[in-house]
Amino acid sequence: MNPQAIIDGLIAGSTIGLGAIGLTLTYSILRFANFTHGDFLAWGAYLSLSLMGLIGGLLAGLGVRLAPFSFTLALPLAVVGGIALTVLLALTLDKLLFGRLRARGADAIIIVMASFGASMALRSLLEFIYTAQPAYFTTALQIAKPLGLGLRATPDQLLVIGMTFVLVAVLHLIVTHSAMGRAMRAVSENPALAGVYGIDVAQIVRLTWIIGAGMACIAGVMAGLLVQIRPYMGFDLLLPLFAAAILGGIGSIPGAMIGGLIIGLAEAFAVQIVGAEWRAAISFVILVLVLMLRPQGLFGKAGG
Amino acid sequence: MTVLTVQDLRAGYDRDLAIVKGVSFGVPAGQSLSILGPNGAGKSTLIKAMAGLVPCFGGAVHLTGQDVTGLAPHHLIRRGLGFVPQTENIFTRLTIRENLQIAAQLLARPRREERIEAMFTMFPDLAARPRSLAGALSGGQRQMLAAARALLTEPSVLILDEPSAGLSPKLVGQVFDTLRRISAAGVTLLLVEQNVRAALALTERTLVLVDGQVAHDGPSAPLADGALLGRLFLGHRAEAMP
Repeated sequence: MNPQAIIDGLIAGSTIGLGAIGLTLTYSILRFANFTHGDFLAWGAYLSLSLMGLIGGLLAGLGVRLAPFSFTLALPLAVVGGIALTVLLALTLDKLLFGRLRARGADAIIIVMASFGASMALRSLLEFIYTAQPAYFTTALQIAKPLGLGLRATPDQLLVIGMTFVLVAVLHLIVTHSAMGRAMRAVSENPALAGVYGIDVAQIVRLTWIIGAGMACIAGVMAGLLVQIRPYMGFDLLLPLFAAAILGGIGSIPGAMIGGLIIGLAEAFAVQIVGAEWRAAISFVILVLVLMLRPQGLFGKAGG
Repeated sequence: MTVLTVQDLRAGYDRDLAIVKGVSFGVPAGQSLSILGPNGAGKSTLIKAMAGLVPCFGGAVHLTGQDVTGLAPHHLIRRGLGFVPQTENIFTRLTIRENLQIAAQLLARPRREERIEAMFTMFPDLAARPRSLAGALSGGQRQMLAAARALLTEPSVLILDEPSAGLSPKLVGQVFDTLRRISAAGVTLLLVEQNVRAALALTERTLVLVDGQVAHDGPSAPLADGALLGRLFLGHRAEAMP
């Protein structure tokens, strides 16, 4: 078996894990499975791509390649703007759709169905604006460098893995050690009681969208940087995202990340063992096994 | 000085089916008040409406002179109204200290640790293992943590919904001892309670609610023999009794 599957799995797992963080937070705090989350990844990638073009056009000096990476300085700046716009998209969607349904006391299944519809609308809109043709952050070719033990990776791939671990560590520290994180955990356990404790639940809901959409945008850019950008990229990632969030345990940030890495590694090894055509089925098999054997996930608490 | 005034309050879960039907009363600062009544009388709905957890359809609630009718719970606690729900009144997946830290967040930064330590002094059982998950506490200790959380912000009025519900007689004694200390410290206390004897012994004044309306409002002591209370629970109004 080719050990390169480890690097391939870690790269895919980083994107899945980062995307699953937003999903797990939305699920634990807003209590619904948000199907639009995959589209936040795609929108984040496209918005960042547009901003990158805009910044590159306005400021020619930013078109210099950031060696050893494949992209220019315009990309990191564009990602900051992309995050802001993706967050705005998520907050607008909550204001116009999910928030109204919550205020009416709608059942979770109604909100899930609404998210499914919104997801299709967002995807179609993306395809309408950008067409179904794949787009790229960079066309520069990178040579994978040997890392030892038969493993190889490009600088972009190593950056994606490193950034993912830094982001997850920072987020985990915020949620476990800050007042904001305590409030998020409290709302996740009991929103009505959180209000009685003095927590502004609406503010925590907004914060959840901000973190989730921000992470989704970064995950979308990472996926786009390493492969390509397509309107359906988020939809194709939905099943692995859900599988990672459930495998890690709903509400657990490290759980979502580890779940993502497990899914990514399992997919990469499955390609070598049973063939690439079975790659997509792996997430589904893992999801079903977790739901049957340990429904609370690796880091979730039974009954909670 | 009247710290809490409720005027002709109508509240419930459905506007066409009010559970609280025009309740009025006032509570002077430092007084302790029991709200008693048969099952379904609207006791819990009344205090939940006052705490911003149930919609008000009419009437008003004034706290220290300010109209607070229909305000969300997180605004009410900032205005000095502490509420302890009957069940699920602590965050079981957070530690004891984290439960208190959340409430302390409402205070100015320099006072936060000081007030948390004050609560640990008041409730030594909680101080023994502040880093334990609150879910590991016994029923009585949970009620103490819930009371400590509510008292931490030094509310002008503390409202408790059946603090003895589901507790063993020994733990009920502990909880009421705690409430006695809180009341003795000058905190205005409102209590909905099924344990009538304990509530009457604790509070100075009792409001009896029947079918969403006040059937009796007066000192607690005369109700202690049970006869008057029994008749009130059956729906007789106090002024119609011999």
